Amino acid sequence: MLLPARDAPLARPARRAAWAWLGVAPFLLFAVLFLFLPSLSLFVGSFLDRQGNFTLDNIAGLFTPSLLSAYWITIRISLFTAVVGGIFGFFLAYAATLSGLPRWVSDGITTFSGVASNFAGVPLAFAFIATLGRLGLVTVLLRQVFGFDLYEHGFNLYSFWGLSLTYLYFQFPLMVLIITPALEGLRREWREAAENLGATGWQYWRYVGLPVLLPSLLGAIILLFGNAFGAYATALSLTGGLINLVTIVIGSQIKGDVLHNPGLGYALAFGMVVVMAVCMAIYYPLRRRSERWLRL
Amino acid sequence: MRQNRFWGWFWTFLGVLYFFTPLYATLDFSLRAKKGQLTLLAYQRVLTDPQFWQTLLFSLAMAVATILVSLLLIVPTAYWIRLRLPGLRPVVEFITMMPFVVPPIVLVFGLLRVYSGGFLPLTNFAAGTNILLVAGYVVLALPYMYRAVDTGLAAMDVRTLTEAAQSLGAGWGTILAHIIFPNLRSAVLSGAFLTLAIVIGEFTIASFVVGIKAFGPYMSLVGQNKTYESSALAIISFALTWLFMGLIHWLGRSQAGQRQQPVGAR
Repeated sequence: MLLPARDAPLARPARRAAWAWLGVAPFLLFAVLFLFLPSLSLFVGSFLDRQGNFTLDNIAGLFTPSLLSAYWITIRISLFTAVVGGIFGFFLAYAATLSGLPRWVSDGITTFSGVASNFAGVPLAFAFIATLGRLGLVTVLLRQVFGFDLYEHGFNLYSFWGLSLTYLYFQFPLMVLIITPALEGLRREWREAAENLGATGWQYWRYVGLPVLLPSLLGAIILLFGNAFGAYATALSLTGGLINLVTIVIGSQIKGDVLHNPGLGYALAFGMVVVMAVCMAIYYPLRRRSERWLRL
Repeated sequence: MRQNRFWGWFWTFLGVLYFFTPLYATLDFSLRAKKGQLTLLAYQRVLTDPQFWQTLLFSLAMAVATILVSLLLIVPTAYWIRLRLPGLRPVVEFITMMPFVVPPIVLVFGLLRVYSGGFLPLTNFAAGTNILLVAGYVVLALPYMYRAVDTGLAAMDVRTLTEAAQSLGAGWGTILAHIIFPNLRSAVLSGAFLTLAIVIGEFTIASFVVGIKAFGPYMSLVGQNKTYESSALAIISFALTWLFMGLIHWLGRSQAGQRQQPVGAR
């Protein structure tokens, strides 16, 4: 009596399994054609010389001063904006969730963050030129009202500081969006339990709040780092390509072989993927760890 | 609590200052096309430029194509994985996260290397470059679209709905078109507007694949030689972002647990 009832589901899947794959075939085909093949082609290209023979010269070529400094500046800007944007974004998210501000203020912060984190690229550069460029509002205001000339004191919108200030405009709202769920996951009971045991606010954050949040915070900062590391449009339209970022060098390499070696260009791009992959490899375990305490 | 609130206001004030100063400066700049008076001249010049409308329409069309293609690719895949191939989930999720590892500038570099010759020379003709652009955008939108669709699918009982439809004699096409898609509507719409917000002013991929035909490269060109118009464009583009985000917010309101998602294309 039992056997036929068991037989039916067993018999079918064997036949189905073969064509069940067809259901995901278009997606996999697309991924192969437009994601894996391009990445693979850059990877292979970075190990080939002009004649198509295997070489490690391109990888070695990355360690020349001008390219190393491109990576170094890109990493510095990304790290700086990730940490500063991360800290500022964290406090803003804190203000929106836990500090007891009126509901409309915290809703406003989240909504503005959604918009600002998407306001990047060419128009963002225009906005900062109008603000901190040589004729920008803030520059002129400081000069006329306070007699302080930013540009005579070493500031330049088209350099490290200017670019960092501009990147921060999409970095800190992104932090607000990423970290808000984690802050909302801090349970009120933990705070109450700590207070019942006589903890001060500082002690609560030092021994309960921050340790629980730490993986989320680090993970979010790594995401911000990757976000700035891959930025191209903002930097290009702000500086006109005058700053030596990896993305800018790759851009000029695509337009015309400025490195005079196609393989070196591919190696440069491959290096970016390696840095991003390292970021992701750190990010995922951190996210998993933060899920232990916080249900995200 | 009192002290908490002070710091809350303090950080909010700083945030508002940082957020609005550049916007105010840009708005102010965009209104000064004539010396000594406030004028909408810059906006008038932008809005009467035929190239503005051409590029904006082109980018809108590309965005719509991107949304359609990514829905056609992602909805059946996510559905199928829930229903028949749960073992493949890690693979598909890994693929949808790949765009975070491959920045747009690297992606376009690779796309151009593969498709400017070889077995599928897409860059040799205009329609081919459009296809390449849409393909690139589908890749950029992949993480957000997949997550939106997957969240939507999690909120309904896929298996029961499918079995009910099957027992009424529906085929796979009918199930997807008449059961799954309608149930996913609000999830899909928020993913769609997010895609729109990414694609409409996208510069990196567009500038290398189609050049000045798209809105992002057009804005960049205006920025190189027209100061006031570029500020007006920044304000218009900001208003567009605001519009799309507002729509997402409004759609998300009806759905509990939906979050705004951050975007990666810079």
